[in-house]
Amino acid sequence: MSFLEYAPALESKSILHLRKSYGLFIDGEFRDGHGTPFTTISPADESPIAEIAHADATDVDAAVAAARHAYENVWSRMSGRDRGKYLFRIARLVAERSRELAVAETLDNGKPIKESRDVDVPLVAAWFFYYAGWADKLDHAGFGPAPRALGVAAQVIPWNFPLLMLAWKIAPALAAGNTVVLKPAETTPLSALIFAEILQQADLPAGVVNIVTGAGDTGSALVNHPDVNKVAFTGSTAVGRAIAKSTAGTGKKLTLELGGKAANIVFDDAPMDQAIEGIVNGIFFNQGHVCCAGSRLLVQENIHDEVVERLKQRLSTLRMGDPLDKNTDIGAINSKAQLDRIRALTDVGEAEGPQRWSAACTIPDKGFWFAPTIFTGVETSHRIARDEIFGPVLSVLTFRTPAEAIAKANNTPYGLSAGIWSDKGSRILGVADRLKAGVVWANTFNRFDPASPFGGFKESGYGREGGRHGLGAYLSSGWNTEAQQALPGRAPSTKERSKPKNTTTARATTKGATK
Amino acid sequence: MTTHLAIPKTYKLYIGGKFPRSESGRTYEVVTHKGAFLANAAKASRKDARDAVVAARAAVSGWAGATAYNRGQVLYRIAELLEGRRAQFIDELRSSSGLSESQAQREVDTAIDVWVWYAGWADKYLQVSGNGNAVSGPYFNISTPEPTGVVAILAPQDSGLLGLVSVIAPALVSGNTVVVVASESSPLPAISLAEVLATSDVPGGVVNILTGSPAEITPWLASHADVNALDLAGGSALEWVDLQIAAAETLKRVLPPEMGIPAPALDRIQLFTETKTVWHPKGII
Amino acid sequence: MTIDLTVALAPASRAIQLIGSDLTEKSLKLHLDGLSGVDSVGLEARAAALATRSIKTSSKAWALDTIIKLIDLTTLEGADTPGKVQSLVAKALNPDPADPTTPRVAAVCVYGDMVPTAVAALGSAHAAGGTTGINVAAVATAFPSGRASLAIKLADTTAAVAAGADEIDMVIDRGAFLSGRYGLVFEQIVAVKEACRRADGSYAHLKVILETGELNTYDNVHRASWLAILAGADFIKTSTGKVQPAATLPVTLLMLQVVRDWHRLTGERIGVKPAGGIRSSKDAIRYLVTVAETVGEEWLEPHLFRFGASSLLNDVLLQRQKMSTGHYSGPDYVTID
Repeated sequence: MSFLEYAPALESKSILHLRKSYGLFIDGEFRDGHGTPFTTISPADESPIAEIAHADATDVDAAVAAARHAYENVWSRMSGRDRGKYLFRIARLVAERSRELAVAETLDNGKPIKESRDVDVPLVAAWFFYYAGWADKLDHAGFGPAPRALGVAAQVIPWNFPLLMLAWKIAPALAAGNTVVLKPAETTPLSALIFAEILQQADLPAGVVNIVTGAGDTGSALVNHPDVNKVAFTGSTAVGRAIAKSTAGTGKKLTLELGGKAANIVFDDAPMDQAIEGIVNGIFFNQGHVCCAGSRLLVQENIHDEVVERLKQRLSTLRMGDPLDKNTDIGAINSKAQLDRIRALTDVGEAEGPQRWSAACTIPDKGFWFAPTIFTGVETSHRIARDEIFGPVLSVLTFRTPAEAIAKANNTPYGLSAGIWSDKGSRILGVADRLKAGVVWANTFNRFDPASPFGGFKESGYGREGGRHGLGAYLSSGWNTEAQQALPGRAPSTKERSKPKNTTTARATTKGATK
Repeated sequence: MTTHLAIPKTYKLYIGGKFPRSESGRTYEVVTHKGAFLANAAKASRKDARDAVVAARAAVSGWAGATAYNRGQVLYRIAELLEGRRAQFIDELRSSSGLSESQAQREVDTAIDVWVWYAGWADKYLQVSGNGNAVSGPYFNISTPEPTGVVAILAPQDSGLLGLVSVIAPALVSGNTVVVVASESSPLPAISLAEVLATSDVPGGVVNILTGSPAEITPWLASHADVNALDLAGGSALEWVDLQIAAAETLKRVLPPEMGIPAPALDRIQLFTETKTVWHPKGII
Repeated sequence: MTIDLTVALAPASRAIQLIGSDLTEKSLKLHLDGLSGVDSVGLEARAAALATRSIKTSSKAWALDTIIKLIDLTTLEGADTPGKVQSLVAKALNPDPADPTTPRVAAVCVYGDMVPTAVAALGSAHAAGGTTGINVAAVATAFPSGRASLAIKLADTTAAVAAGADEIDMVIDRGAFLSGRYGLVFEQIVAVKEACRRADGSYAHLKVILETGELNTYDNVHRASWLAILAGADFIKTSTGKVQPAATLPVTLLMLQVVRDWHRLTGERIGVKPAGGIRSSKDAIRYLVTVAETVGEEWLEPHLFRFGASSLLNDVLLQRQKMSTGHYSGPDYVTID
């Protein structure tokens, strides 16, 4: 065996104490769902992990009612200082149980343990820690002298960063004084359910956070529920579009974080080795299951051949395999459905003309796998330059001048992120100015921080998560003058908003959430 | 039934992460509010103050150079430790200042909450006090507050714990290091706070605590050329205008005395920062 | 001082091959200044990522043995005596008296005037070749500062070679480099390389120490690495070990990247030696990983990679003992050199 094959270095699963089946987390405890339970599997070998409850419309109703009750009676009456203390507790507990959470995340999602351990879970703890400190400082946040919470927030998150997306949603919502009903993705419910156990350890008042597992119907029932004041969605642009349509005119505040087809622009004066790392990190981190992935490499034409050659060389030491092995760089594709989508699009790519190259990887028999792939000779009119593949597939295009790079980078309905590689500061800042992207990374890529706002332009969505800006999504400024009230189609005042919209529905819930 | 014979604590200074006696060898009597003997506290000399400033300066690059997130974490951990020693602090406040049980509890709980409030600002005050600037011309322009360096603080004299915490925490948030002159009549909670700091993750030298006579010590800090800012919060009983004049020699940033205990305020963080504005051209060709 | 940009530099075949026969201070400078920049944050992040590799069980056992085989066991003190050098050589020949399966180190590294002692102490093991041969490496050229006339630096080198040194570890003139006199640095290396020639026409192997801690920026290390290779280095070495910081993983990664690029350009393989500050097996394993994933496993051989170390050997032996006995070992179970 050659040294580079590295002996197995498996992270043990013994740290987990999984249940055979998980209920819905509503009003501080686990309870059965009314829908048909389903199984969550490990995408690395298709083995079953646990049985998961399926929330139907009545379950969603109960969850919203619990959130409403907790908002009216507990959370909105609590001082920001105390809300902050609960969030600090959660942050500390996540840090304490970080290894367990990382293993669970890798098992359920398929991403390498190296990433869950070093990126996902530390960011989760940091996100709660950061927003904990805002809870008692809302008057300093720049949203007016007395910003108010919105009420109950409905949150639907994707499968690519399950626990991290949960943190991005719950932390600011709670800090701002809202209560939450969150629906994890169908294929990745596990870490959210362990998180629910952490909430019990933190003694968070019942109903402040509710977690309803299920499928598309669950999410739909949740975002369309009449007693929800705010909807936050991260996922595909198609679903985001549908939610924008269904919430129109309802008065619900909406933020969306959708897809992307980011351009990673490499100029001929880029720091070469670091640029190669940045390209690799940009598209192969998390198997390319990243909305802000640098999926289009825009390389200056005069260095194209050198860059492609170095890239291919660099990919020869990328390791694809058991996600629980600490040396794995590329894990499993999250689901059969996603794998099929990636395959379909890469077949299209090949048919369109570009040249396809894949890293030499052993594909295991079981599980869902796709070797890192590079398409060269891609042009702006090819589908693989426009459609989000959401997999480890890089499309390589060229440009001649900075203006052309900018034009090609912006030539997309998406606008989530972009990368710029150059040794020249003025060029980086000048190009960054002109890119229509919510996050611009210069001489780096895929860097996240709770203090740094993240979100898109155009069809990549609206609203920001992270930083001071991320609070704004969960606050109303409180500047509700009577004149504003009088305008047709205006959202109801904060006072009115805190009453349930549909009182008959509310009364029908088991908890009797109305006052 | 045998009664336990108490082991009285020796109260020393806190400088550079260690607990030295005063180099002068002096102590002074600390008494209860009723006049009974409590302890001999170290009586700091000007040389102790000098050493404290050296320690504080040495600690600036590490503390200011840590990430804001890290500073927030360290400060929050201090709150955890304060919480753990709640009973000890309540006891000390009661014996030294004659507070009732509930008054002492309230003071300790408020002190902890004030500390947590400030800890949460570490990675946020930049977002509130700094910003990009829309200048005319092809320039990227950003203003960010940075820590000023070493801050000498005269703590409120009438409050053993809350006053102390209310002046120390805000200075630390942005990355400053501090030399604090504690309450003369109620210095023991200050040294217990020092024990908390010594067992936390805060590096030695970031906080230095001197007990003794503020009238004797503060002038040496006010005139010290390697101190960047002076907080005279507890200085109302002194000839503080003279101190401000001495500080003006090296253009220190000075906060005049306040009546009572300073309330938690973003101002107190910002006052000990310097705003730096950076320009950079923007051009694509 | 003004630098005469137009004077021709001493010929060195690699430089001529790459830059052309018009080899002057100016053409050399243009070439070095034209190299790609290095982003320090990105470089350090890549090194940190390589450091997360988990090397266990059979890979670890192989790594520990390999590390030993790549060590230049070193003593470079003013207080070195023949007795000290003999003790070092005995350790090199027999690292673990309790375990005869322990491999031998690659070389011993001493000051030039101690070469005869080292050669005598090694006896038949000196340059026996194969896996049992141990080389003698001598530091020369007014190590560690390099602040002496060229004549003295060359005499230092010639004496060591004549006394039997197989390898010469020279220092570059950092003062000349930092003041922009690349041509001077270049010429000194060329001259020292020539001083490594023996009567029979063979050459002692030349390692060129860049003293990366004094060069300070990664861009400087990048340029100095290229310069040393162009001037004829067989190995580029990070440090003398007398200045902090000595070897670091990011700096070594950068030098390996240069060696990789040179190999891609010319097919020629240059060696890399990190020296100073590598004390634990854990650290040394990270270097092996970095080599393997940057230039390839074929570099993990004594003629292409060395560790300049002294206390590292005992830590590796302790780890070896743990792997074979199953329990943690202690300082009483490894010998002093």
